[in-house]
Amino acid sequence: MAQHQDFKKPTFELSMLLYDTRYRSTSFQVIALILFFSLIWWLVNNTMSNLAITGKDIDFSFLVHESNYDINQRLLEYDSRSSHGRAAVLGVLNTLVLSAIGCVTATILGVFVGIARLSKNWIVARIMTVHIEIFRNVPLLLWILLIMSMVAHSFPVPKHFRGADPIATMKLFDSVALTNRGFYIPEPLFSNGFGDMGFFSNSFYISIDLIVILAILIGSIWASGKIKARAKRIQEETGIRPTTWYLRLGVIFIPTILLLVYLGFYLGYPELKGFNFKGGIHLRNSLIALWIALSLYTSAFIAEIVRSGILAVSKGQTEAAGALGIKPNVIMALVILPQALKVIVPPLISNYLNLTKNSSLAIAVGYMDLTGTLMGITLNQTGRELETLLLGMSIYLTISLLISAVINWYNRRNDMVER
Amino acid sequence: MKKSLFIGALLALGMAATTSGASTLEEVKARGTLNCGTSTGVAGFSLPDANNVYQGFDVAICRGIAAAVLGDPMAVEFVPTTGKTRFTALSSGEVDVLSRTTTWTFSRDVDLKMDFHGVNYYDGQGFMVPRSLGVTSAKDLDGATVCIQVGTTTELNLADFFRVNGITYEPVPTEKSSESRSLYQAEACDVYTTDASGLASARSTFADPSAHVILPEIVSKEPLGPVTRHGDNQWGDIVRWTLNALISAEELGITQANVAEMAAAPTNNPEINRMLGTEGNLGPMLGLDKDWAHRVIAAEGNYGEIFEKYLGVNTQIGLERGLNAQWTDGGLLYSPPFR
Repeated sequence: MAQHQDFKKPTFELSMLLYDTRYRSTSFQVIALILFFSLIWWLVNNTMSNLAITGKDIDFSFLVHESNYDINQRLLEYDSRSSHGRAAVLGVLNTLVLSAIGCVTATILGVFVGIARLSKNWIVARIMTVHIEIFRNVPLLLWILLIMSMVAHSFPVPKHFRGADPIATMKLFDSVALTNRGFYIPEPLFSNGFGDMGFFSNSFYISIDLIVILAILIGSIWASGKIKARAKRIQEETGIRPTTWYLRLGVIFIPTILLLVYLGFYLGYPELKGFNFKGGIHLRNSLIALWIALSLYTSAFIAEIVRSGILAVSKGQTEAAGALGIKPNVIMALVILPQALKVIVPPLISNYLNLTKNSSLAIAVGYMDLTGTLMGITLNQTGRELETLLLGMSIYLTISLLISAVINWYNRRNDMVER
Repeated sequence: MKKSLFIGALLALGMAATTSGASTLEEVKARGTLNCGTSTGVAGFSLPDANNVYQGFDVAICRGIAAAVLGDPMAVEFVPTTGKTRFTALSSGEVDVLSRTTTWTFSRDVDLKMDFHGVNYYDGQGFMVPRSLGVTSAKDLDGATVCIQVGTTTELNLADFFRVNGITYEPVPTEKSSESRSLYQAEACDVYTTDASGLASARSTFADPSAHVILPEIVSKEPLGPVTRHGDNQWGDIVRWTLNALISAEELGITQANVAEMAAAPTNNPEINRMLGTEGNLGPMLGLDKDWAHRVIAAEGNYGEIFEKYLGVNTQIGLERGLNAQWTDGGLLYSPPFR
């Protein structure tokens, strides 16, 4: 009884927040949180009060005003009477185009270099090592500027294509013109097309031809997938896999080819008229410089990722597959790569994100991406630094999060079940 | 332990205090140097020489301001700014004054909260093409590829000119004027466009200047002048009247050679006396001493001398005075009186 009275129920004291292990971690987290929010508050408050001192306000209304400047690479209708908002959209599209083609070529090149670096052929392996070390150890900006000046100074000027005995000639049966202002390639045209479809009260148009072609292609690929699934089922039931490659090829190509014929598909060739080539698709020298530089630079990192992924698969896997009598090149495709992909894909995402973000160096060669339009000319002509930068940053953030979400989804879907 | 934590928290919150707004004049005097925003290199306007000392027409304005405020025309820290960064550099306080072939426009003056203090060069946008192209008018440029510097009024005039004349063009934007010039020389563009003074400056740096022609069309008004931030009127007055002193000095015949003599004793022209401080009290009204204008003119000479030294017909640039002559000679230079 007496003992019971001696045992005092511990009362809560302020010092226990620090000295009592039960509360310590919580109180430190609360302190950290308070500090973090006061820092944010201080930054915002400081910005607002400084803006007030200079008499500026935060105002996004410039987005609907006329931009008054021109953009050379336009994926949508645009002229100097269009709004700053539209110029920003064009910038985003240019960023996406550059990132997309850059990611594709960087991946192809990176996988090739990564695998070749593991080659048993000494020379091939060394050359790939040199490739990787050169491209990843020199700043990207220098590569971009170097390639740009190479294109601008070493390819012929359009006027050299003129005359009875021209200095330069078009390549590939007169279909491609390589000039120092960029490359002109044939463009697909339809004599019998469906025209364009307007979206968002005709603020932009998409070619119906393109939509139909894509729809047919997706349908064909789906049908081809069904044929494959059927072949697999038959193989599991009977042990014999029916030959389906010609069926699948036909399903994929024949509908699209028929459609193209129906639409009156032909190629529009570039032609020298006045100062420049007209017609065809104009890949500007800035786009080419960025594309090559971004692909080479990122491919060096991807190659190392691929190599590490392959090396991460235990040698026992190769030996086991070999013991089962599988041929070496099939081992790579069916045994090693699927396991290596698990290691490869997460850092690959981060390289795609890097490539997308690095594309903001585009202004160095005058490519009109998001940094060039919204955060460049628009910023300059309107003087709205804070607004354009905040908007630009959130657009980059959105693009990056989307890329990462898509690839994460793909990775989870194709994740192997480990035993 | 507890106390030190609270002190730490207090310190972190103490960072929230913002810096007090001292006047630009006090800041410059306390620092001992003037921070002057210039271009990244335009021959004749602002370019470091072989000894890495900035020289040029725009540079001379900053030297004049430094002479007036600090007594030493060399006490200037030049900050190269691009077309894109110049206003941010000024409004963030990185530079005290921008003397960088900057066009005075409504939106820059009003919306960007800048103050323009007169015009040190009346310019207009022109076009330069290789002579071999055989083009004689800018209206013949349909379909041409045009090199421009981004973030300039040039870009907007260009869009307007081609739109109004119903012809098309392909813009090749670059961040720096040097890149534009390099692309133009590689013939990656047919036309180089910027202010006519800039074209003359660029042409002077080419291997064969006579192979390039500047087309007769001047498609815009480009009054270039020194700029300061909105809100510091005293500092603005100093910049404005430094420029006016240079212009007035030419009109009144005060030169680098004779300014010391004229400032030594009152002359019989009261305006000269008021300007050079031998009469009246104009310097102290500005917050400077009486000799300020004497030092401004002694630094690089009057407006005319500066023009001839860096841009005139005897230099590589070879520009005529044209609109930039005194009003008495049929130009537009007209300084308000020192009174």
